[in-house]
Amino acid sequence: MSDASTTARAQILNGIRRSLRRGEISGEQRQAAEARLAQPPLGPSVARAQLAQPEKVALFCQWAETNNATVARVAAPDVAAEVVSFLARNNLPAEAAIAPSPLLAGYDWNSQKMLSLRQGRGEGSDQVSITGAFAGIAETGTLVMASGPDHPVTLNLLPDTHIVVIRESDIVGGYEDVWTRLRARYGKDRMPRTINTITGPSRTGDIEQAMELGAHGPRRMHIVVVRE
Amino acid sequence: MHPILAAAILGTVSKLPSLTIRPRRIALFVTCLVDLFRPSIGFAAVKLLEEAGCTVELPPLQVCCGQPAYNSGDRTTTRAIAAQVIDAFEGYDAVVAPSGSCGGMLSHHYPGLFDDDPAMKARAENLAARSYELMAFLVDVLGVKKVAAHYDGAVTYHDSCSGLRELGVKDQPRRLLATVRGLSVREMKTPEVCCGFGGTFCVKYPEISNAMVGEKSADIAASGADTLLAGDLGCLMNMAGKLQREGSAVRVRHVAEVLAGMGDLPAIGEPERGSERGGPG
Amino acid sequence: MESTARDFNDNVDHALADPNLQDSLAKLKVGFSERRRQAAERLPEFEALRDRARDIKNHALANLDFYLEEFERKVLALGGHVHWAPTAADARRIIGELCQSMGARTVAKSKSMVAEEIALNEHLEELGIAPIETDLGEYIIQLRHEPPSHIIAPAVHLTKDQVADTFLEHHAKLGFTKRLTERNDLVAEARHVLRQKFLDADVGLTGANFLVAETGSSMLVTNEGNADLSNTLPRMHIVLASIEKVIPTLEDAAVLLRVLARSATGQESSAYTTLNTGPKRPGDLDGPEHYHVVILDNGRSAVLGTEMQEILRCIRCGACMNHCPVYGAIGGHAYGWVYPGPLGAVLTPQLIGVEEAGNLPNASTFCGRCESVCPVRIPLPKLMRHWREREFERHLTPTAVRQGLALWSFVARRPQLYRRLTGVANRVLALFGRAEGRYHALPLAGGWTRFRDLPAPQAGGTFHAQWKKRRS
Repeated sequence: MSDASTTARAQILNGIRRSLRRGEISGEQRQAAEARLAQPPLGPSVARAQLAQPEKVALFCQWAETNNATVARVAAPDVAAEVVSFLARNNLPAEAAIAPSPLLAGYDWNSQKMLSLRQGRGEGSDQVSITGAFAGIAETGTLVMASGPDHPVTLNLLPDTHIVVIRESDIVGGYEDVWTRLRARYGKDRMPRTINTITGPSRTGDIEQAMELGAHGPRRMHIVVVRE
Repeated sequence: MHPILAAAILGTVSKLPSLTIRPRRIALFVTCLVDLFRPSIGFAAVKLLEEAGCTVELPPLQVCCGQPAYNSGDRTTTRAIAAQVIDAFEGYDAVVAPSGSCGGMLSHHYPGLFDDDPAMKARAENLAARSYELMAFLVDVLGVKKVAAHYDGAVTYHDSCSGLRELGVKDQPRRLLATVRGLSVREMKTPEVCCGFGGTFCVKYPEISNAMVGEKSADIAASGADTLLAGDLGCLMNMAGKLQREGSAVRVRHVAEVLAGMGDLPAIGEPERGSERGGPG
Repeated sequence: MESTARDFNDNVDHALADPNLQDSLAKLKVGFSERRRQAAERLPEFEALRDRARDIKNHALANLDFYLEEFERKVLALGGHVHWAPTAADARRIIGELCQSMGARTVAKSKSMVAEEIALNEHLEELGIAPIETDLGEYIIQLRHEPPSHIIAPAVHLTKDQVADTFLEHHAKLGFTKRLTERNDLVAEARHVLRQKFLDADVGLTGANFLVAETGSSMLVTNEGNADLSNTLPRMHIVLASIEKVIPTLEDAAVLLRVLARSATGQESSAYTTLNTGPKRPGDLDGPEHYHVVILDNGRSAVLGTEMQEILRCIRCGACMNHCPVYGAIGGHAYGWVYPGPLGAVLTPQLIGVEEAGNLPNASTFCGRCESVCPVRIPLPKLMRHWREREFERHLTPTAVRQGLALWSFVARRPQLYRRLTGVANRVLALFGRAEGRYHALPLAGGWTRFRDLPAPQAGGTFHAQWKKRRS
C-alpha cells in the first residue's frame, strides 16, 4: 500500500472516530460487533416463506410465473425432453450453451437427438443457455446462481433465453436459508466470486415507467423444476 | 409557580386513555387562523365538546403555537412562544385544537425544543400528553360515536398532513361524518396528498404551491362532491382560494362546522348573507 | 456534476412550464406510490422489517470504522484491492489511474449516483477514456447530455417520443434509421447497440447498494442486468461506493433487500441482485481478473455524530421523491444537483454547501409523506428543519423573511398587543371583503393572491372578542 493510500485510509477512519467521539472500537463494543459477525442475528421472520417443502416448491413456482418466468415441473428422466419441447414451442433452434456442471450432465441429453449442446461459458452470439441453480427462493420465486467452473456467469446473462434446471430439494424459504447453504458449501469466509440472484427475465421501467422485458439480460426465462 | 414544582405536580397528571374518567376542564387552543378568519370553527368545536359533556375554557393568553418561527428555523423565538403557550395552558385536563397542524406542534414538537432544559422539557411533555386534535379527541378520548347534525350535500374530505401523519387523524372525521343526516362522502383519488399550503411555504414558493393546489382542485372536482371538508383552516383557505379563483362552485368548510350543525353558514370565501350588494360600510 | 441549486427558483419556473416533464411527472405520481402501497400490503411483516432496517443501519453507522476495516480485510484475503478516497478528487484520480493501468479506451458503467457525485464521466473523458452508461435510463440521458432527474429512474422526466427522437439522432449512424414508436422496440434497439459496447469494454464500473463486511462482497440491485454484464465481461471490475454503504452481514442484507425493492418500484424483488467477491477464481471460465473497491468519504464522516446523521441510513430507494408532492410538481432537475427530492434537500446542502443549496430544505411543506414511506425511517422533515435552523443562525435566511418573522415574533410574544392588532385586522379585512367574501388582490399578499383568492374573515370580530362578549 502506498503512503498516499495509507494516509487516505487513516484520514477516513480517524474522521469517523472523531465524529463518533471515540477511538478505535474496543472492549465490549468490539466484542459485540465481532459476535454479530460470527453469529449473524436473523431479521423478522417472513411468514410466507415458512412452509413445508411441497408448499415451498409451489410458492416458488407461483412467484416465478408472476415475475414473467415460465415453469415446468417434470421428473428427472424427462428434463431433456422438456427442454427440447420448450425450444420447439417457442420456435427456437434446438441448440444451446450448457453449463459444465456434473449435476446437469446427469440428465439424459442423449435421448434428444435433435438437440445440439455446447459446454462452456456464454458468448454474445448464444441464443439459448442451460444452467443449474444453487438454490431457489420460495418467498419471491428467485433463482440463486453461484459462479464457479461448473457455472459461468455469462450463461446467466448473454443469451436471449435462459433455461434453468433446479431440483425441488434445492428450493428454500428465504434468503437466510441460502446464506446458510452457501456457508456450508463454500465456508463462512469464502463466497464464490459471483452470486447472481435472478427473479424472472431482465427488465426495465426506464421509459415512462412501463416494464419491458429483455433489457440487457435474457428476455425469456424458463425454469424446469425437477420432481423428486 | 416555580417551574420545577409545577412540573412535579403536573407530572402526576397522565394522558387520558380511559373513557371512564372524562376530562372535565378543556382548554380550547383556537389557533391564530381560526381566531382571525373564521371564529365559527372555534364555536363549532366548543359546541361539539360541550355536547360531549365537557366544560370548555379559552385561556386568554394564548396566541400562536409558533409554527411560523419553527418552520423558518428560528428556534429562539419558537422556544419563547412555546414557553408562553405552556404557561397559558397549565392546569387544564386537556388542550384541544381544531387543527392537526397546531395540535401536532403542541403534542409532537414542543418537547424537542427544550432538550437542554429538563424542567421546561418536563412541562412541555406534560402539555404534549394533554394536547389533542379535535376529531381525535372527540372519537378516541371522549368516545363520541355520532352527531345530531344535518347537511345536504356530497362532501369530499381532505386529510391535512400533520393531522394524518403525526396524529393519525383519518377515520375519526369520516366516522362522524357518516352519522350526519343528508350527507354522503365522495372520496378523492388522493385525499392524503398535501394541498401545497405548508404555512409560509405557500408564499415563499408560490409557483410550486400553486401547482400542488391546482392538482388538488382537479382531484376535488373529479370526486363529484359539492363540498370540500378538512380539519385545518390553513389548508382550507388555500384550497378555497384556488377553487374560487378557478370559478369552482365547490363550497369549502371546516369539518367541525358540518358536524356541529353549522353547515348553513356562508362557506369559506363566500360573502356574508345580505351583504352581496352592500359595499364596505 | 456542476450544481444549479442556487438557481432553484429559475429551475422551478422552467420545470413548471415544460409540458413533456409535466406529462412524465403525472405518470410518476400515480405509478410508483400505488405500486409501493400494494407491495407493502402484500407483506404483513413490512413495518417490522422497516424497523429492523433502521436498526441495522444505525448499528452499522455506530461501528462504521470497524465494519469498513472488516470489509477491507475480507476483500484483500480473496485477492481484491481496496482504495480509500477522502474526497471526490481522490476517487476520480484513483479510478482514472486504474483505467489507465489497463490501457482502457472504454469503461462500461452501471448506474451509480456516487459516480455522478464525483463527476467521473467528465474526468474519464479528459483522460481520453469513453464512459459508456449501460443502464437504459442513464444511456438515454448520456446521449442527451442531461443529468439524471431521479436516483432510480434517471430518465423519468422524458416521454417515449423524446426517447425515440434521441435514438434516431444518435443511432442513425449505426444503421438504425427508422424512428421507433413502441417502447419494446426502443428497448431492443438500445440492447443491441449496448451489447457490443459491453463486449468491447476494458473496464466495468459499478456502484454498490451494500458492502457486506462479513464476506467482503459488494452487492448490487438492478432490473436490467447491465450491472452484471459490467462486472462480468471486462477484465477489471471497479466498485465505487461511499462509506455508509457498509453493512455487517448477509442476514442484514436480506432485511434491507426486502424493503428496498418494495419501496423503490413496488416489486417483490428486483430482477437481479448480485454479490461480487474478489476477482475471478482459478478454474472460472469468466469474470474479471482484477477487482477494486474505491471507498469514498466526500464529507460523510463529518455528518456522523451530528443531528444530520440519520440521512446516512439512506439506501437510495427513491421512495421519498416518488411520494413528494414538490418533486411531483417540479421533477428532479430543478433541485440542481445529483440527489433530488427530500433526500437531496437534506444531503445536497451537506455535500456542496448550504450557501449553494439553501433553497432545497426550504422548498417543502413538511407534509411528511417522505418520512412515512422511508424504508429506514429517516425523519426527513426534521432534518430539513435542522438545515433551516442552521441557515437562520448563519443569517442565510432571506432578509424579507427575517424581518417579517421578527415583526411577527414581536407581536406574537405580546398577547395583549396581538389581540388588539388581530382585532383591527379582522374588522378591516372583514369589512372590505364582505361584498365578495374574498380578495383577488391585497397589498403585501401577492405571493398568495397571484394564484389564489384570499378568503375574507367572517364579520363580528375575532374568536377571542366574540367569546369575551358571549361569556361575560
